[in-house]
Amino acid sequence: MDTLAIVTALAYLVASVCFILGLKMMSSPRTAVRGNMVGAVGMLIAVLVTLLDRGIIDWWVIIAGLLVGSALGVVLAVRVKMTSMPQMVAALNGLGGGASVCVAAAAHMEELARGESIASSEIVAVAASGLIGAVTFWGSLVAYAKLEEWKSVRDPKALPGQMAINGVLLLACVALGAYLLVHPDAMWAYWALVAISSILGFTLVLPIGGADMPVVVALLNSYSGLAGAATGFILNNTALIISGALVGASGIILCQIMCKAMNRSLTNVLLGTFAGGTGPSADDVYGGKVKGASADEIAMLFDGAQRVLIVPGYGMAVAQAQHAVRDLMKIAAKKGAEVDFAIHPVAGRMPGHMNVLLAEADVPYERLKEPDEINASIDQVDVVVVIGANDVVNPLARTDPSSPIAGMPIIDVDRARNVVVIKRSLSPGFAGIPNPLFAAPNTLMYFGDGQKAVLDLVNAIKNA
Amino acid sequence: MTFLLLLTVFVLAIFVGVEVINKVPPLLHTPLMSGSNAISGITVLGAIVAAGAENSTLTAILGFVAIVFAMANVVGGFMVTHRMLGMFKRKG
Repeated sequence: MDTLAIVTALAYLVASVCFILGLKMMSSPRTAVRGNMVGAVGMLIAVLVTLLDRGIIDWWVIIAGLLVGSALGVVLAVRVKMTSMPQMVAALNGLGGGASVCVAAAAHMEELARGESIASSEIVAVAASGLIGAVTFWGSLVAYAKLEEWKSVRDPKALPGQMAINGVLLLACVALGAYLLVHPDAMWAYWALVAISSILGFTLVLPIGGADMPVVVALLNSYSGLAGAATGFILNNTALIISGALVGASGIILCQIMCKAMNRSLTNVLLGTFAGGTGPSADDVYGGKVKGASADEIAMLFDGAQRVLIVPGYGMAVAQAQHAVRDLMKIAAKKGAEVDFAIHPVAGRMPGHMNVLLAEADVPYERLKEPDEINASIDQVDVVVVIGANDVVNPLARTDPSSPIAGMPIIDVDRARNVVVIKRSLSPGFAGIPNPLFAAPNTLMYFGDGQKAVLDLVNAIKNA
Repeated sequence: MTFLLLLTVFVLAIFVGVEVINKVPPLLHTPLMSGSNAISGITVLGAIVAAGAENSTLTAILGFVAIVFAMANVVGGFMVTHRMLGMFKRKG
């Protein structure tokens, strides 16, 4: 080992440690900003030491690539709206996958040009990079389009025999990988594998519905890491392997958390099947029992309220009502109430999305609580305001074992003293079932557009 | 033998990842995802070596595309994470 190789290996070790420490510092909002910087410094060290590589002859391609890529990154990061973070992360996942496909191809072609014998494990890694990378790239593009609500892909589209089709495509990829193993110089086999994996990327994500996007984005996040790790096996590069493993683990954990929050298995989500169950009809549940109320009537509930809880769902983000909700928090706090937010894990379009949206609207993060913590003392809450959420506050999850959402962890708002539900109509949520909460004796329905309804309520409380 | 060593590193890194990520609160799951996106941009290392080797026009093009993609991941990921984390404040 020459000196440069030792320096490079040590620098990669330092970079890997930086990534692990950076992720560790993400465990608290107080240290997270620094943690992100530690990660960035690790990346800078890794890139700088790689530029010392003696094999580099052509600098122009590298300099041009670094400049164009950085500029693209800056534009994306500065311009993206917080409501569009899921799209941004989906796009970044896709870029990671695409980069792995290209690096694997280039690295393999260079090995071939050198004319040395190539280890089988390396060829397996080439095939794996191509497969996972292409699935991630195209799958992420579909996810991006779905999140942007492009009409052609927005609704889940399951082909008949979806499982069988995916199985055949995957088998074809394995067969092409095996062929490459026997004939390493058959680059056409690699590109064919990439083409078929691209189709697989489409067929895997197309059947999945909008509300399941958090799971898909997390899964593709994991894939982008695994594709990077596979590329590391081709290049014998530990920095790639360690980072890829970290990202792969992170995506899988988030995926599991999301599935658990919906009480569904990953397979169930990926196949786009939502178990239809028997349940009461909307008329049975709502018939004559739903009480509508005006802003002034609801404002009276806030008189002398000790504890107020706000439960936001994705509908709040759609109505752009985050700032209005922040005003509601402030006015209720001014009247002497303790105001908390209960954030369900699947409330947004990606893990943690709702927290970011509320943080952007200047809601202090210690007010953003998890369902378990809130449920422990929810019977002492005087007023709950549910805005844009439906299935995650549906008591049927607790009471009706035949319901499609049976067993899903929910926020038990029906146990609070008074519940106000801000909603346009009695239309069902993603699960397509009526919500007995809306007809409960302690619930008042406040019909209207989220943003305007909350602002009217804030004014009514002010004038009360 | 190299492969087995790398595999060892990979498996152990997954265990480290699971331990570390499990301690990240749901509050920060979105920044965690964008931040880990930035980290997965580490593929840029492989892209730099591939682009600089100058074997053929095709490898140069592949290297260029890979550098652009991975670098957008790195810069975009770290910057947007920084922007987001700056929004999490203690008092309103």
